[in-house]
Amino acid sequence: MDEPKEEPKVKPEGESASEESSPAPAAASPGSPGGVSEGAPEAAPAQPEPAPLTPPLARESTEPPPPLAAAVDAAVAEPCADEVYAVREHPWVVRFCHWLNAVSLFVLTASGLRIFRAFPSFGPKLPQKNLVDIPKALTLGGWLGGALRWHFTFMWIFVGAGIAYLAYELLSGHYRTVLFMARDVRGVWPMVRHYFLFGPEPPATEQYNPLQKLAYTLTVMLGVVSVLTGLVMYKPIQFSWLAWPMGGFHLARVWHFLAMCGFLAFIPGHLIMVILHGWNNFASMLTGWKRDPEYPAPPS
Amino acid sequence: MEPRIARGAFKRLSRRELLKLSPVALMGAFAIPSLRNPLLTRGVAFSDWASGVLFRREHLATTFSDSELTPLERFPLNTYDDDDPGIDLDAWTLTVAGLVARPGEYTLEQIRSLPRITQNTRHVCVEGWDVIGQFGGTRIADFLRWVGADTMARFLAFECADDYYESLDMATALHPNSLLCYEMYGQPLERGHGAPLRLSLPAKLGYKSAKYLTQLEVTNALKPGHRGYWVDQGYSWFAGL
Repeated sequence: MDEPKEEPKVKPEGESASEESSPAPAAASPGSPGGVSEGAPEAAPAQPEPAPLTPPLARESTEPPPPLAAAVDAAVAEPCADEVYAVREHPWVVRFCHWLNAVSLFVLTASGLRIFRAFPSFGPKLPQKNLVDIPKALTLGGWLGGALRWHFTFMWIFVGAGIAYLAYELLSGHYRTVLFMARDVRGVWPMVRHYFLFGPEPPATEQYNPLQKLAYTLTVMLGVVSVLTGLVMYKPIQFSWLAWPMGGFHLARVWHFLAMCGFLAFIPGHLIMVILHGWNNFASMLTGWKRDPEYPAPPS
Repeated sequence: MEPRIARGAFKRLSRRELLKLSPVALMGAFAIPSLRNPLLTRGVAFSDWASGVLFRREHLATTFSDSELTPLERFPLNTYDDDDPGIDLDAWTLTVAGLVARPGEYTLEQIRSLPRITQNTRHVCVEGWDVIGQFGGTRIADFLRWVGADTMARFLAFECADDYYESLDMATALHPNSLLCYEMYGQPLERGHGAPLRLSLPAKLGYKSAKYLTQLEVTNALKPGHRGYWVDQGYSWFAGL
């Protein structure tokens, strides 16, 4: 095929000519960074009738024309009426485990508070010094035995989803998008300044900003800590070797409680961020696809 | 995939990806009152099964020095209804029944004639506290051999003078730390701690260590609804540590 490149001028308004200059198989075209994969672009070449090239502002001369720059911006953002700009963010395993864990974390926290209520102390039984009086309304299970039933059921879902998630992240390499690494350290403070001190927003370069990576990485670690400390509390004799690195049987209960506090600190912040970032961001945890991401699309 | 997708294809794709999450909705079954309890019972049963698989008789309970003991006066008394069921200690016997070669009534003197084990072990309460106590008695394993019990049987079922009852898997019964306990801190058991004979099971949560024992039955089948006083109200049956 040695067709000259003039052809695709049939594209409708606003389509910048360098993008999607040819149908699928022209793999190494400068416009698309990786290989072009299945499905998506098939609709674009199947539009034979050239839409009028004249943009709306030229046609409707009775209206005062909007500034040209704004029109160009709008055209680039919305390339074509029947196309959307979206990137694949969350693989199925990640979404599936996220929602399983969201529910189990809720159940484990509420039932855990009920369990803690039976002996809200880290000291001796006699004399007993209660640390807090947890309102019953915040708890699940009704009584200690009921709460333990919830805890001992949902711990399997939490552990199962956690193992599936970690295995997927490691084996697929997906962890690279989310794992907080040394190179992310310098980006944390500008994000903190932006969120808490209304500093300038650092440009988004990838799916997660450094502060997000830090938060998600720490949260996964909280999950690991909860499971391991929970195991020591549940089976202190079978897993006595595991009690040693956490400072013994008694401290396992303290770490387990603190891990829950960590989750309770993370979750409201997480929810606020989800609300602030709008529907497209939330929907991506449901469908995996994020429309109009604020960062450049990764090479697929 | 290319970042630009035809709107119709994107809608179909999104719908399909959303549907792939639908198994998560199965967790909603826990919100249905008629399903909740059976599901939670399954969950606890699965935990108990896994605990049994995980259990290793050779994993011994941690033992402690005398200086680490919780003093006897600060060893909590947890009785479910009665600190003193009014046992006549002189007339007391343990009824041994079920799959044993020599069933019958056994006196405390006979039980005391078996090798005595004294151990400082941790007594862990389901509530979340624990104490380190000194318990003296005979190994359940020794007693079972002495009365000719079938140690291939699955369970031990206990009855108590205060209408409490418990049952135990054979693997834990044969655990070296599992005692028929008649002494605490070198003294005969006090009334409140279960005189004259109680279980001391460091490899189980506290509620399995029944007090005021009156009967031990070796069996392959537990009576339904009679697995343990607390167990029948929802606590884990295995309750192994």
